Amino acid sequence: MSDGYASRMPTPEAAARPWQTHTVAIRDVRREVEGVSTYDLAFLDDTVREAYRFAPGQFNMLYLPGAGEIAISVSDDPRNTEAYGHTIRVAGNVTRTLAGLGVGETLGLRGPFGTSWPLSECIGRDVVIVCGGIGLAPLRPAICTLLQDRQQFGRLNLLYGARSSDTLLFEREYDDWSRQGMDVQTTVDRSSPGWLGNVGVVTLLLDQLPSFDPHNTVLMCCGPEVMMKFTVMAALNSGLSEQQIWVSMERNMQCAVGLCGHCQLGPTFICKDGPVFRYDKIAPFIDVEGL
Amino acid sequence: MSSKPTLGVFKFASCDGCQLSLLAAEDHLLGVAAEVEIAYFLEATSHIQPGPYDIALIEGSIITSHDAERIQQIRRDSKFLITIGACATSGGIQALRNWADCNEFVRSVYATPDYISTLATSTAIADHVQVDFELRGCPINQYQLIEVIQSVLAGRRPRTPVHSVCLDCKRRGTVCVMVAQGTTCLGPVTQAGCGAICPTYNRGCYGCYGPAAQPNLVSLTGQFESSGVPREQVVDSLRNFNGYAPEFRAESERLEASRESTT
Amino acid sequence: MATATEMGTNERFLTEAAFARIFEVLESQGFTVVGPTIDQEAIVYDRIRSVDDLPRGWTDEQAPGQYRLQRRDDEALFGYVVGPHSWKRFLFPPQATVSKADKTETGWQFQAVEPEPAKFAFLGVRACELAAIRVQDRVFMPGPYVDPIYQQRRDNALLIAVNCTQAARTCFCTSMETGPKCTSGYDLALTEIANGFIIEAATAEGAEILSALESDDASIQQRQAGQTARQQAVDQIERRMDTTDIRDLFLSNLEHPRWDDVASRCLSCTNCTMVCPTCFCSSVEEVSDLTGDHVERQRQWDSCFNVDFSYMNGGNVRDNTRSRYRQWLTHKLASWIDQFGSSGCVGCGRCITWCPVGIDLTEEVAAIRGDAT
Ligand SMILES: Cc1cc2nc3c(=O)[nH]c(=O)nc-3n(C[C@H](O)[C@H](O)[C@H](O)COP(=O)(O)OP(=O)(O)OC[C@H]3O[C@@H](n4cnc5c(N)ncnc54)[C@H](O)[C@@H]3O)c2cc1C
Ligand code: SF4
Ligand code: SF4
Ligand code: SF4
Repeated sequence: MSDGYASRMPTPEAAARPWQTHTVAIRDVRREVEGVSTYDLAFLDDTVREAYRFAPGQFNMLYLPGAGEIAISVSDDPRNTEAYGHTIRVAGNVTRTLAGLGVGETLGLRGPFGTSWPLSECIGRDVVIVCGGIGLAPLRPAICTLLQDRQQFGRLNLLYGARSSDTLLFEREYDDWSRQGMDVQTTVDRSSPGWLGNVGVVTLLLDQLPSFDPHNTVLMCCGPEVMMKFTVMAALNSGLSEQQIWVSMERNMQCAVGLCGHCQLGPTFICKDGPVFRYDKIAPFIDVEGL
Repeated sequence: MSSKPTLGVFKFASCDGCQLSLLAAEDHLLGVAAEVEIAYFLEATSHIQPGPYDIALIEGSIITSHDAERIQQIRRDSKFLITIGACATSGGIQALRNWADCNEFVRSVYATPDYISTLATSTAIADHVQVDFELRGCPINQYQLIEVIQSVLAGRRPRTPVHSVCLDCKRRGTVCVMVAQGTTCLGPVTQAGCGAICPTYNRGCYGCYGPAAQPNLVSLTGQFESSGVPREQVVDSLRNFNGYAPEFRAESERLEASRESTT
Repeated sequence: MATATEMGTNERFLTEAAFARIFEVLESQGFTVVGPTIDQEAIVYDRIRSVDDLPRGWTDEQAPGQYRLQRRDDEALFGYVVGPHSWKRFLFPPQATVSKADKTETGWQFQAVEPEPAKFAFLGVRACELAAIRVQDRVFMPGPYVDPIYQQRRDNALLIAVNCTQAARTCFCTSMETGPKCTSGYDLALTEIANGFIIEAATAEGAEILSALESDDASIQQRQAGQTARQQAVDQIERRMDTTDIRDLFLSNLEHPRWDDVASRCLSCTNCTMVCPTCFCSSVEEVSDLTGDHVERQRQWDSCFNVDFSYMNGGNVRDNTRSRYRQWLTHKLASWIDQFGSSGCVGCGRCITWCPVGIDLTEEVAAIRGDAT
């Protein structure tokens, strides 16, 4: 059986022209939380639209002429093929320029690039997803797929940490996700009036997770690098092996196709060997300061 | 009142070269002029409009107490303040006075020294007020200036390269004058921006764009000395247009101090 | 070492006058000839048009941080080693426009720039340089994504190799098993001997060029002269690098104190990476016209020694010279093997010569090994 969850590889035409970017129009902009919005991007060219498919965890290069090009994960349900959501935090020049664009305006998109979440490995197993902040965005397509094919998987847990209650991404969807069979737990660094939930780092949620079988679990993690390091430590302590843990990494990327050299972490290129890595592949390098 | 952003160009102690390079960028300047209202630019127009200014370009260093007051007022009047050129960003060539007795210069240059009121030092604008962006160079690169103004107008944070001049030499195929000819060259510790002009004309780099990011001055001056350049000459090479930039200054003072302690 | 009689029988002899015609032949076939010539007090690679452009009677003397042209006591055309340039300048140009964006009424239109057709004949490619081109082939061409500019230029390039007949003090190709004899990857290979060249074609394209030149079967004496000349280069190589288990050595010494030591000397100036014939890093810059409606994306050589090479919103990953030097050497000698199946170093010695402060990677390797003196 071919793996319906696998990363999408480029067509020969795309592989021969790595710099060709395609026009997309902003179909919708949804403000998620302060400084973060989701942009639905639709290809203008029919042929391009029909050829485009992505796998959960893969990313695109979004290009705003004059401002620059940035790597952004697709945050949408892979079943949507009309427009693709990208959930973006305003960080600097390109993201700020993007925040100034409205529905109907156009930009460039190249992709999809990189590896995807190991959904076929999850079949028949429990899945724990641990995210911090904007790190939930690249996992949203995986969550959609897990819930869509719910019966294929064991228990599903989402552990999500944010700075404060008003920075929790996709909050309006948590009830749906729970109803469809995923246990959603959140925690915040800073409590605020009216917040009755957990306070503290997300690894505490992992430590408290009542029942999961460490031998039959896949853990997927995305968030700030320190948060991922602590999550991995906690997961290893609770009996998971490095081969059961997957993380999504981030580095400067100029080309996204393994030719520019910027995204190296030890022997890996984050853009093509990642961004999603099985932890054992990067374990020797992730803790080395300044590698 | 027009709704265009306003731009002011202000001059302190300097040779005017940077403003001139702005004027030399004529057609580019016209492009910018279409997008901004030039509210204050004595080199270009006598029309003067009072602040506030959306963008202030500051040329020159602070050498009088009057300067020191005036820059405070400009800062208060300006939203985004950009210093342009070596004088404004590091004190300029006139900062050489900072290592000398300024009164003596005044006495030997002017017939009636009493009319001259000057501070003992020439200092960078950032020593006096908060600066939003520093555009290096002696003189500045007009394309970088246009790019910086365009960025600010577009709401982007301006960015100029911080890499060494060496990278630009290599991109253009210029052979290293230090390795192939033994020429003293500040390129490895100097920020790019000029397009590596001097090495291309067989000269060592004079450091016009100031220190590159995280420069290793000690290693480079050690190499100069071990290839036979006398210490005074090494010190002199650092005390140029950007001699008072922190990293260049620290190194020339270190070299002087260690000479004094060894003799 | 093969003896003259064991070696290929297709060795021919070209007089210098016959060789001189190669320019005409190449140009008539549409090649732009690039080769060694003297410029800026060095032997650089540039467009050349005749044998008169070659550095006749010149050689180079190299040491860590030092390069000097010297007169030879003969009229050799290829009597030097390797200079500041490498062929990567032509296969992977330092600056290139990769795409264009134009604002139209219906929004932005984007066009990847098709590589301009270029057909180079590289004259004077050394064995280590053939190896370097092989290394870059594995970087830019195996896919899935390929670099269109590199591929276009590489596919059309004719490689005319020249065997080294002398070595610089900075050479260590024997340690990297890349030279000094050219063994594969060329169309034609020359060995310069008295009054002419031993020449050998390895491909149909090479044979075609050779057939257009007036050559004779090389005599035993001529072959032997070629052999002796090549052996001279082998004998002159004095620098060594011990590559035993070098990948594991580096990847298990990421916190070695030597990184601090070399960081105190290194200027982070990027020169070593720029002159290295295998380094392939680049950045892309936006270049827009005044209206902002026409924007080009320009790719330029970049280097892991550049402070903001590893910039991410929030800071630089490699924010000090220690981590940057470690990236360079670890990539070149160790992680390259994981990525591309070979070392990233071919032993040409350029990074040693062209480092302004003479940092020598072979010494750094020895120090990491712990047998520094
Ligand atoms: C694989 C991958 C997936 C990502 N997915 C998302 C996502 O879904 N949502 C989201 O909000 N952010 C995501 N990011 C981070 C996002 O790319 C950066 O926030 C963005 O590049 C910042 O650009 P800027 O111009 O606004 O910031 P500036 O600080 O002005 O950066 C200028 C330039 O530096 C580079 N750069 C800066 N920060 C980063 C970074 N963190 N990673 C890589 N390059 C950088 C870019 O080339 C950028 O244009 C992802 C990054 C990677 C590598
Ligand atoms: S690392 Fe140095 S010696 Fe090795 S190939 Fe590159 S430049 Fe040549
Ligand atoms: S050594 Fe540095 S510049 Fe060279 S290929 Fe590796 S990362 Fe790029
Ligand atoms: S090793 Fe030498 S050439 Fe390379 S960055 Fe350091 S000082 Fe420059």
